Amino acid sequence: MEFQRHDAPFFTPRTDVASIMRQVLYALIPAVLAHVWFFGPGILFNLIIAALFCLAGEAAMMKIRRRPVQAALADYSAMVTAAIIAFALPSLTPWWVTATASLFGIVVAKHLYGGLGFNVFNPAMAGYVVVLIAFPMDLNLWTAPRMGDIDYQYPTLLETIRYTLTGVLPSDLGFDAVSRATPLDQVKSGLSNMRTFDEIHNNPMMGHFGGRGWEWVSNFVALGGIWLLLKKIIRWQIPLGVLAGLLIPSGFLYWVDAGVHASPGFYLFSGATMLCAFFVATDPVSAATSPKGRLIYGFGIGFMIYAVRRWGSYADGVAFAVLLMNLATPAIDYLTRPRIVGHRKLEKWRQE
Amino acid sequence: MSAPTFDLGTLHGGLRMPACKDESTARVIQHIPIPTQLVLPLAQHAGEPAHPVVSIGERVLRGQLIADADGMISAPVHASSSGKIVAIEQWPVSRRLGENAPCIVIECDGLDSPVQLSEPIVPFEKVDPESLLQKILHGGIVGLGGAVFPTAQKLMAATAESLEHLIINGVECEPYISCDDVLMREHAAEIVIGAQILLHALQLDHCLIAVESDKPEAIHALADALTELQDSRIVIKQIPTIYPSGAEDQVVQLVTKKEVPTGGLPTDVGCLVQNVGTAVAVHNWINDGEPLISRVTTVTGDGIAAPMNVMARIGTTIADVVNFVGGYTDRAKRLIIGGPMTGKAVSTDRVPLVKATNTILVLSETPAVGTEQPCIRCGECAQVCPILLLPQQLYWYACADDEAKLRSYGLIDCIECGCCDLVCPSHIPLTADFRMAKARMRELADETARAERARKRFESRTVRLEREQLQRAQELLEQRKKVQKAGPQAIQEILERSKSKDNSASEKDE
Ligand code: SF4
Ligand code: SF4
Repeated sequence: MEFQRHDAPFFTPRTDVASIMRQVLYALIPAVLAHVWFFGPGILFNLIIAALFCLAGEAAMMKIRRRPVQAALADYSAMVTAAIIAFALPSLTPWWVTATASLFGIVVAKHLYGGLGFNVFNPAMAGYVVVLIAFPMDLNLWTAPRMGDIDYQYPTLLETIRYTLTGVLPSDLGFDAVSRATPLDQVKSGLSNMRTFDEIHNNPMMGHFGGRGWEWVSNFVALGGIWLLLKKIIRWQIPLGVLAGLLIPSGFLYWVDAGVHASPGFYLFSGATMLCAFFVATDPVSAATSPKGRLIYGFGIGFMIYAVRRWGSYADGVAFAVLLMNLATPAIDYLTRPRIVGHRKLEKWRQE
Repeated sequence: MSAPTFDLGTLHGGLRMPACKDESTARVIQHIPIPTQLVLPLAQHAGEPAHPVVSIGERVLRGQLIADADGMISAPVHASSSGKIVAIEQWPVSRRLGENAPCIVIECDGLDSPVQLSEPIVPFEKVDPESLLQKILHGGIVGLGGAVFPTAQKLMAATAESLEHLIINGVECEPYISCDDVLMREHAAEIVIGAQILLHALQLDHCLIAVESDKPEAIHALADALTELQDSRIVIKQIPTIYPSGAEDQVVQLVTKKEVPTGGLPTDVGCLVQNVGTAVAVHNWINDGEPLISRVTTVTGDGIAAPMNVMARIGTTIADVVNFVGGYTDRAKRLIIGGPMTGKAVSTDRVPLVKATNTILVLSETPAVGTEQPCIRCGECAQVCPILLLPQQLYWYACADDEAKLRSYGLIDCIECGCCDLVCPSHIPLTADFRMAKARMRELADETARAERARKRFESRTVRLEREQLQRAQELLEQRKKVQKAGPQAIQEILERSKSKDNSASEKDE
């Protein structure tokens, strides 16, 4: 009898990329549902458009690079990029904005850098930043959260579809009627207008910590993130780093002067903090790899988010923070190499 | 009963794996009858192959020396049973490089008549350690944990170091393998006596027997044997069940909390590690005069009808062993010599069971695994690496063939345990890649060393020639002086003599 031969080990690997990516997608489902509940069905259309363009971009690039198209589509990594783009964009976004973000993310940020595993920047964040700069006006159409007591006229399903496809609002609904400044915007402009945080926070748009509705979506994002942690799809270092990086400076300044600084809880539960901590910063390809390095990487992102929110010209700083730290990744990895067992000191090791 | 101790160091990473050992440990060790044919490779140990001392057609007896050690690091081979030498030829074997190796083939007569056994050394305490070591040299004993380093040489090298502990390694962390476990259960006394012999040979008085916590029967048996033999120098240490805690350096790290320095040996931290099987082999040789001609091997896997542990003569072919345990099942697709993490797949069951064969593992077909994908830098491999390497970086540099980087990222420290492979979501064959990269690096090092040697030889030759020339010039000068004093007649003589000297010198150089 002739036996099959291959190299040790002879056990089957425990998991695969596709299943990891799939579980990341599953973990986002509760947050998507919450998003629909509070902000209308817009995110679903964003999702569909982002998925279409991400997958098309992935397929096209694989074809051009003469790589197996099937395998790339089957690993769901493009789907994860699409999901994060959909989350980052306002629920009312014209399709070409979503498409631009998706294509830039996949084609330029991912494949021009060498494809899965070689991209320096997080594709979703790279795509988002491009549309943030190219279509700043289109990224302002955040609807108000669906909470009974807010005076607001919600676009219907058909109106949402129409807006997504044409970018035209129903004639009876002006831009001002539909859009609401996000809590982050309100706090930012409020603080710079010398209003106290308590004053700003005293507004039907604000919830316990972050914005109303916003904080609930954040809760569900965090829930999915914790599930991923429990499944060991992601490790705790990056989420903890991001949250700590945001909490420590904001907590310190809030403690120094609660009047002119927003509460750390507000920053934690508004904007894309949770999404970043559990789903964006944890993208392994563009993150640091060693446990210590990941803590530093996460902390850097958290800190930078705070810096942009507090002193930058944009309301949220997640995308910039992530992209900046992506650049720092090789250095962090290099400096946080563990001491190899049996080697004495890192110093000595470096010299060799 | 000496209580197991928990005062242990820790290992980074590692994997908890299904043990898959219950199938094979359900029965006691079964003895395989003498097969009709024995195939004994000349190289069953690390180092130089042994050289045959018998010729074809010769009749040999059980325990007779048939191939003697050759060179500094080598071990002799003995006939595992009586019979006739029918061939000394290339035969398929299981090893990392190459498929075939020279083997001595014996056609057994079934009588199993023993050679005049070498005098057992009892009591061994009466013998001085030096001659005990010399004696072990001739038993054909090699490390049975897998590295098959000749035991005597290992012991002799260790006596030059300052040792603290002898560690008897009963940690069998790789799934499926259970031969050491059953050996400890059934031959605990021999293990302890073997340890005593080794202690005496090394002039040590501290021995630790390391056993994993998931082997309560083994621990119990050893404790009983210790109580009976009343030896307070020997202590059992219980080790957490995690792969690869049984690897030599890892055992040392666990029981002594000391790391074996890179490129070094356990003796650098005062430890000498011997496998429990080796201890038994030492006992059998010193106490009973029987060289290493049989061993316990686990025959298991879902491709084996009745998994069990067998005591087989070295040289029995795998086919004979599998026949004895009831043959293959229909699912048998892969034949692996060794464990599922570090073993070697072979294509035919004609290969013989050798001193190193701790397991014959027959598995069903590879469950369909996804094709290899690019590394997504998830870092899981680094999480489990017991050496704290960064396999993802090593992989990167191995692909780029960047030798300097491979060196600084510790490729040579990789113990090829396979943990990183198992957790890699991209299914990259990391361990195989590292093995290859290491081989390439060794080759390169060999070449450099050879070039270096050649350069040195050339240099020293030049120096020597220059020196000789200088010497000769001086001699000539002195002779001239003498001649000037002695007169013209002597001149002729001396010139002739120096001429013939010149010739012979230049001949030597060429
Ligand atoms: S095979 Fe080498 S790199 Fe991989 S886990 Fe084991 S020691 Fe680390
Ligand atoms: S486990 Fe595999 S995919 Fe993950 S970092 Fe290591 S080599 Fe890359």
